[in-house]
Amino acid sequence: MDTFTLLAHGFLVALEPMNLFYALVGVTLGTAVGVLPGIGPALTVALLLPVTYKLDPAGSLIMFAGIYYGGMYGGSTTSILLNTPGESASIVTALEGNKMARAGRGGPALATAAIGSFVAGLIATLGLALIAPTIVKFALSFGPAEYFALMILAFMTVSAAFGDSTLRGLTALFLGLALGLVGIDLQTGQARLAFGIPDLLDGVEVTTLAVALFAIGETLSVAAARYGGDEKIEPVKGSVWMNREDWSRSWKPWLRGTIIGFPIGAMPAGGAEIGTFLSYSVEKQLAKKPEEFGHGAIEGVAGPEAANNASAAGTLVPLLTLGLPTTATAAIMLAGFQQFGLQPGPLLFATNPQIVWGLIASLLVANFMLLVLNLPMIGLWVRLLSIPRHWLYAGILVFATLGTIGANPSTFELGMLLAFGVMGYILRRFGYPIAPVVVGLILGPMAEQQLRRALAISQGDVTVLVGSPIAIILLVLAVCAVVVPLILRARGKGKVLSQLAANED
Amino acid sequence: MTNTVSTSATRRPDRAALVIAVVLALVAAVIVYSTATAHGGSTTRIGPGAFPYAISGCLFVLSVWTGIEAWRGDFPEREAQEFGPVIWIVGGLAAQMLLLNTVGFSIATGILFAATARGFGKRPLWMTIPIGIVLSFVVWIIFAKGLQLSLPAGPLEHLI
Repeated sequence: MDTFTLLAHGFLVALEPMNLFYALVGVTLGTAVGVLPGIGPALTVALLLPVTYKLDPAGSLIMFAGIYYGGMYGGSTTSILLNTPGESASIVTALEGNKMARAGRGGPALATAAIGSFVAGLIATLGLALIAPTIVKFALSFGPAEYFALMILAFMTVSAAFGDSTLRGLTALFLGLALGLVGIDLQTGQARLAFGIPDLLDGVEVTTLAVALFAIGETLSVAAARYGGDEKIEPVKGSVWMNREDWSRSWKPWLRGTIIGFPIGAMPAGGAEIGTFLSYSVEKQLAKKPEEFGHGAIEGVAGPEAANNASAAGTLVPLLTLGLPTTATAAIMLAGFQQFGLQPGPLLFATNPQIVWGLIASLLVANFMLLVLNLPMIGLWVRLLSIPRHWLYAGILVFATLGTIGANPSTFELGMLLAFGVMGYILRRFGYPIAPVVVGLILGPMAEQQLRRALAISQGDVTVLVGSPIAIILLVLAVCAVVVPLILRARGKGKVLSQLAANED
Repeated sequence: MTNTVSTSATRRPDRAALVIAVVLALVAAVIVYSTATAHGGSTTRIGPGAFPYAISGCLFVLSVWTGIEAWRGDFPEREAQEFGPVIWIVGGLAAQMLLLNTVGFSIATGILFAATARGFGKRPLWMTIPIGIVLSFVVWIIFAKGLQLSLPAGPLEHLI
């Protein structure tokens, strides 16, 4: 098979000693930062971006792969040992996982999460490798009109379909789109919304916005809320190993979670949370001991964790094959590619196969490293969890500003960081989702380019936008993504949707 | 937006949310003004103005929609907030921003560190500021010397 040849070449890149080292540093840093309470995968990736600034593209992306998977894993440790409300990335894991930890079964909970993440990561990454060439072949036939329709669909699913309010989702998206306008117009060279400020001509940096919204906005809202008190770290008592019963109750949920999570991540819809919720309810229905749910059922940890990781790998499908980020994390990873002048998409598979396949292979390597590293190092992660709040958030802000200063040490850039941070606080305060702002910023200019390209080819005829069956289907789906949730909410079924909100990730 | 809390007492116009509606309208107006007065650049069939106009149009619609929801009190209830910590942290960030290029990374960031810790209730500053400066200095050595990131140097950094 051609795919396996390419993947084998990818392994040649990934298994170079230096790249193995980068992957190791990536998973370690990613887990260490991801473990810290209040830091989700998106912020982990954004905070650690400066570490990769000075590496070569392949090394940097390999480290990124490690950071991404490590961050996902670290988040689940946090939610099992520390019942963190407000961290939506692995909120379902907290439901049962924290109960297990309270009952003194924290070890097996962490183990089933770790092994489930490994199984899901392995299968889903192989799925990514298998499915990517097909989508690439399909995507090569896409014209600008189809891309534009695809991006509209991504906009609508990211902003309007989930969360507790269509209005606030769309508002967040359009704030991002408005920020995306700032800077020099790519096609005509005209400065837009720069107000004569030279710093604005390059546009708003995705990492500055993401770090500000996630790190500073989060810090401000935690500081202002002061809900402290019942955050208790559950000690890991007894063995971390799973017994025979744990194994027999875990393996099916792992596989089911993977099957649920991967397609959901791979669709241009975004949100790892959807998969975790579906997996949770499936496990609850299939469980032999449904009465244990709510009191620490191991299936309720194994399934959602697998779904979470499978859909994290799934989001790489649209990102790598179409250049389409569907989560805040993916948007920041796209920014990571762009700093090297690489544009993910079907062409990248043709022009830089060693980078794409090296990245996919290092995902598998990182996944394996996580399995080997994490269970023995649980003691260290637990100690990281017990860092007092004031030092923790002070440290987060040091690293948040470090990234911006490292990229551009100007007072103006820090001013933007501060302004967006305050904006992030206000957005949180009023219940606006954060991810659509970040996705809008990076995807807005790309959508505009595709639209103008399409209209340039058709010489201004707007019907070209609905000129092919694919474009029509995508646009109809986009309309459904807005209208159906509106109807559901109007009929009082909004609660389910708000639980599926893809906020942090 | 749960149905249970929609009693007449809570359905009061939400002033803060009305302010958001006004801000959204202002952003839309700024985009329109800035686009209408822009010049330069080459001309194309779909010019650089089309997308900004479309976005400001949508923002304007969202502003009206926000206004309606705010008027009906449809926004989720907000918990009471303490603004002292927010002021400490924003002040710390502002201090770092203004001092960075004169006193260098370590001192400016150390002040941010201490101000944030203060926002979370950790004092006294005479203890937290030195801790922050030492920590930032270590970060500076790792990132500026180890990873060749260009972080502004000040009197402390010039010592090595």
